[in-house]
Amino acid sequence: MSLLTRRLAFLPWLPAYVAVYFLFLYLPILLIPIFSFNNAATTTFPLAGFTTKWYGTLAGNGAMLEAARNSLVVGVCVALLSTTLGICAARAITRYRFRGQRAAAGLIMAPLFLPEIIVAVSLLMIVLALGLQLSLLTVILGQTVFCVPYAMSVLVSGFEGFDRSLEEASYDLGETALGTFRRVTLPVVAPAIVSSLLVTFTISLDEFILAFFLSGTEPTLPVYIWGQLRFAAKLPGVLALGTIMIAASILMLTLAEILRRRAESRTRIALTPT
Amino acid sequence: MTAAAFGDIAETPAPFRRGSWMRSEEARGLAMISPTFLYALALLFLPVLIVLAYSFWTQDYLDIDRTFTLENYRQALTEPIYRDLFVRSLWIALAVSIATVVFSYPIAWFISFHGGVHRNLWLFLVTVPCWTSYLLRVMSWKVILGYGGVMNTGLMSLGVIEEPLTSLLYNSNAVVITLVHSWAAFAILPIYVSLQKIDRTLIEAARDLGDSRARAFLRVTLPLSLPGVISAFLIVMIPTVGDFVTPRLVGGKDGVMIATAIQAQFGKAANWPLGAALSVTTMVLVSLAAACVVFALRFAVRRIR
Repeated sequence: MSLLTRRLAFLPWLPAYVAVYFLFLYLPILLIPIFSFNNAATTTFPLAGFTTKWYGTLAGNGAMLEAARNSLVVGVCVALLSTTLGICAARAITRYRFRGQRAAAGLIMAPLFLPEIIVAVSLLMIVLALGLQLSLLTVILGQTVFCVPYAMSVLVSGFEGFDRSLEEASYDLGETALGTFRRVTLPVVAPAIVSSLLVTFTISLDEFILAFFLSGTEPTLPVYIWGQLRFAAKLPGVLALGTIMIAASILMLTLAEILRRRAESRTRIALTPT
Repeated sequence: MTAAAFGDIAETPAPFRRGSWMRSEEARGLAMISPTFLYALALLFLPVLIVLAYSFWTQDYLDIDRTFTLENYRQALTEPIYRDLFVRSLWIALAVSIATVVFSYPIAWFISFHGGVHRNLWLFLVTVPCWTSYLLRVMSWKVILGYGGVMNTGLMSLGVIEEPLTSLLYNSNAVVITLVHSWAAFAILPIYVSLQKIDRTLIEAARDLGDSRARAFLRVTLPLSLPGVISAFLIVMIPTVGDFVTPRLVGGKDGVMIATAIQAQFGKAANWPLGAALSVTTMVLVSLAAACVVFALRFAVRRIR
């Protein structure tokens, strides 16, 4: 009896805590869209009425559009490069066993466990020491280092559980290694790859520190926003831009999640004996 | 979203068997991983080595004097301004990682034990805010905690306070709150992974043998989830110490952290060797602090048992 009452007394607290926690988690993200439609240049309650004029100001903002174009170029390149590198590493780790595997994986995953500023500073030093110019290329190279661990995380969970015997069957039936990868492996892991592309694109789009140190005179969107934050009058425009970026991020992440789940169920189907 | 991978990659076992075809598997594995490995070697390991080298050199106006010296480290460790920044950065990193792990653990526990079939959806919902722009989230906290901000106006309309609080923004508390928010998912995911690995029958056994809910948690669930707690600590604490954006936007004067000083050496001050020495010192100090935390956690859990 006491056990039952204790259980009843215990349970409602957890959902309440979860609700408060989620409010804490989502409040900052919800406020940006709310204030971006607010008809005042200040960010205080009560709201001053609905407007879309802040979005209107974005369309004629040349510097912002230039930054958006830079972000798009960087994002696409980083997504392609880090996913390609991620595929190699994820396949090596899930498919083969070899000496030095853990050390190699450790180095590749290290950016997750390093202060980003140190990665940024060290890249800045090597770029300038080699006499290279800071440009979008240096941002791409730097952000790729930072994105590969995330790409690998997504891809390893997509590649895991992939049945080796399917590939072996394909070899036995006379396919080449490349043909097997293209016709047997790729269809199964394709959703994980697309998911990785979306995740790394999102990270690149939102990444600030590396872009701040490595972009030189070509700002990406976060670097552009950083420059705007000094001026209180520019805040509404930044909020409108922020809303668009958050919406884009959430859209891509949702897509990535759906694909990742499809990848999981696909490997499961491939594993089920028929 | 990528819950499984955080825990699993590090633990991949590597059984070595002899035989020529195994050697060819090894060769193929190495060939497969080499592009990524070489990329990380060239753009992560090599740059870090260069930072290390620079930290022992001296800036001589526009040139670099390449004679070995410990002068930069002497400066980094003895100048009061840097010492204060190191101490504050470590305290903030410690406070953030403890708060993040403590507040996130129940969420990870909830998802693992009560998430039901919607576990993946819960995990997704937890990770979404962490993937949206970090800069924008920090900016949003500035809006929330500001003098005329959401928190103040909200508390005033509820009648909790009469005047807006000025103590919310531009101090180290604001930095801690913002960073706890930033790192939430990075703590939840590893803890969740280790909770998922726990054999539920062990907890049932503890309950059947007369342990209370709380005791069963302390003696079975908590010790078994320790690896997740430790990786959550590391993944939050180490990057936090070098955070640049949050102190600059919400930290004010007494929220300045070491990253600002590092950045200054590569910008206005243009003293790369000192900046390098500050970076290396930061890494060493935070690694030591993290090691202490790991030992303390292991010790504490062993005592409970």
